[in-house]
Amino acid sequence: MSIDYQQTPVLKASGLVKRYGSVTAIDNADFELFPGEILAVIGDNGAGKSSLIKALSGALVPDEGEVWLDGQKVVFNTPMEARELGIETVYQNLAVSPALNIADNLYLGREIRKPGFLGKYLRMLDKKAMEQNAKAKMTELGLLTIQNMSQAVESLSGGQRQGVAVARSALFGSKVVIMDEPTAALGVKESRRVLNLIKEVRDRGLPIVLISHNMPHVFEVADRIHIHRLGKCAGIVTPQSHSMSDAVAIMTGAMEIEAA
Amino acid sequence: MSSVKPNTSTPVLEHDQVADNTAGYVANFSVKESPILRLKKFLHTYPIAAPSIVLLLAIFGFSLLIGNRFLHPFNLSLILQQVTIIGVIGVAQTLIILTAGIDLSVGAIMVLCSVVMGRMAIDLGLEAWLALALGISVGALAGFINGLLITRLKIPPFIATLGSWNVFFAINLWYSKSETIRSQDISSIAPLLQWTGETINFFGARLTYGSLLMLGLFFLIWYALNWTSWGRHVYATGDDPDAARLAGIQTNRILMSVYVLAGIVCAVGAWVLIGRIGSISPQAGYTANLDSITAVVIGGCSLFGGRGSIYGTLIGALVVGVFRNGLALAGVDVLWQEFTVGILIILAVGVDQWIRRGTA
Ligand SMILES: Nc1ncnc2c1ncn2[C@@H]1O[C@H](COP(=O)(O)OP(=O)(O)OP(=O)(O)O)[C@@H](O)[C@H]1O
Ligand SMILES: [Mg+2]
Repeated sequence: MSIDYQQTPVLKASGLVKRYGSVTAIDNADFELFPGEILAVIGDNGAGKSSLIKALSGALVPDEGEVWLDGQKVVFNTPMEARELGIETVYQNLAVSPALNIADNLYLGREIRKPGFLGKYLRMLDKKAMEQNAKAKMTELGLLTIQNMSQAVESLSGGQRQGVAVARSALFGSKVVIMDEPTAALGVKESRRVLNLIKEVRDRGLPIVLISHNMPHVFEVADRIHIHRLGKCAGIVTPQSHSMSDAVAIMTGAMEIEAA
Repeated sequence: MSSVKPNTSTPVLEHDQVADNTAGYVANFSVKESPILRLKKFLHTYPIAAPSIVLLLAIFGFSLLIGNRFLHPFNLSLILQQVTIIGVIGVAQTLIILTAGIDLSVGAIMVLCSVVMGRMAIDLGLEAWLALALGISVGALAGFINGLLITRLKIPPFIATLGSWNVFFAINLWYSKSETIRSQDISSIAPLLQWTGETINFFGARLTYGSLLMLGLFFLIWYALNWTSWGRHVYATGDDPDAARLAGIQTNRILMSVYVLAGIVCAVGAWVLIGRIGSISPQAGYTANLDSITAVVIGGCSLFGGRGSIYGTLIGALVVGVFRNGLALAGVDVLWQEFTVGILIILAVGVDQWIRRGTA
């Protein structure tokens, strides 16, 4: 699959700055995501990857800089605003509610109501529909082997919780899916499933931002790799143009690359 | 571009491929569970179970000890009357504790609202329903102020409501001029205010409209918590506010709605209070704030938020009522009633901690 890098980026940011007191988490960073691509973001711990994607998904409001969605300038003050425009995010800390069950978590913030009078005037939830949809989708994604969607998320293992968060993003993303280390807690097999899922989502036409520390995974699925270093983009490479060791060298500052 | 050789082959890990091909399910760990662990899990899944068992045991114990006098419908309905106020205020407190907050001002809001209702109707001569509506608006306003302190000024709920408790109580003393409105005046001018104290006979049981109002309130809030999006969001906000925010919930709005609703429920409590004691006293219902926390805690709600059921609070209130009533009928000194309630609180929180350890 070839991607046209001349067209308007789906998601673009320029000159983003975010300071936490004396720490500059995002230091004049630029970012571009093109339609239909998987863009990996790699970088050392503390490089500012999570901060960058949070600025793109409304979870934090940057001090400076601009964000464009489909060429339109946007300002997100809350994650809800980004979600409403189709940007779905798996955060590094997952953002699931442990005491709620799987179906509730999948549909948190966009619950399905019963049809007719009950839903319209009594605002009654359609728990059955949510559970059935949740189960169907989770099975379809091959992510979870849990039968009982009314099980509390806290009773799941770390990896299964990650599965819930990943499933939520894949289910509801309509424009961009952002995943911050979605395979960090997963076993070999579940990681594989997530990687396949990422490719499937891409094949559905959705661009994906994937943050990962796992170089083989990154090099397997990414169309382009955004290397983040010290709060900004240190360069963009592709799995074809550079080797893993090059990428790591750029990431750590051992090697320099001209700005792409 | 830097001078590096291109890397053409896409690396795919062999073992990943193997994993890909093995079909089916991830290993299920079927560790043998000890009965203790199973009990723990059961109590964790059904937070209402522990207080229900305590309630049943208490009823059983007191019927053995005291016999028919305790089990008589009249006595049982008396218990229901005795727990009506703490039940209503407990509804408000449950909402707040579910969001990991606490509200020390609920009692003061209730008393203030009752004074407002009384003075509007008796001193200003407003229609009783209008006085009632104004009292309820004052409750909503008080809750709104608490909500503002907590969501905008970021004052921890304990401190914010400790402050507003004193402020509301002082306003209440000032506005009422520390005077009691007599029961006769209310019944002649605004009997609607005492409607909650009227009783209906039901097979020898004397149910008050106030008790029915309380049960209705429990049902209403149960519905809102369990069957609407708002309810899911209340739980999510109390459970993990950061996660809820990232999941797109406007947690501050949820908190505001909870405090305002709690204020309104307290105002309904004010109406029930007037019916229960007949008169309106700026000193009445002073202990309602601590009693409501007692009911919520014994009902199995976690003070850390996000866990618990509204019916637990009803059961918690009944547990307190049954112990007080039973011990009184058994001729035990009042101080031992307080002693028992204290032990129950500590036990309830101890059990909650025990359940959370190891299963969460
Ligand atoms: N809420 C915060 N308050 C203060 N400093 C923060 C906060 N969030 C992030 N930082 C700082 O910003 C910098 C970038 O953090 P960020 O989480 O974006 O890194 P990261 O690239 O995602 O790292 P990792 O690979 O460990 O996830 C770090 O130095 C971190 O200490
Ligand atoms: Mg990170």
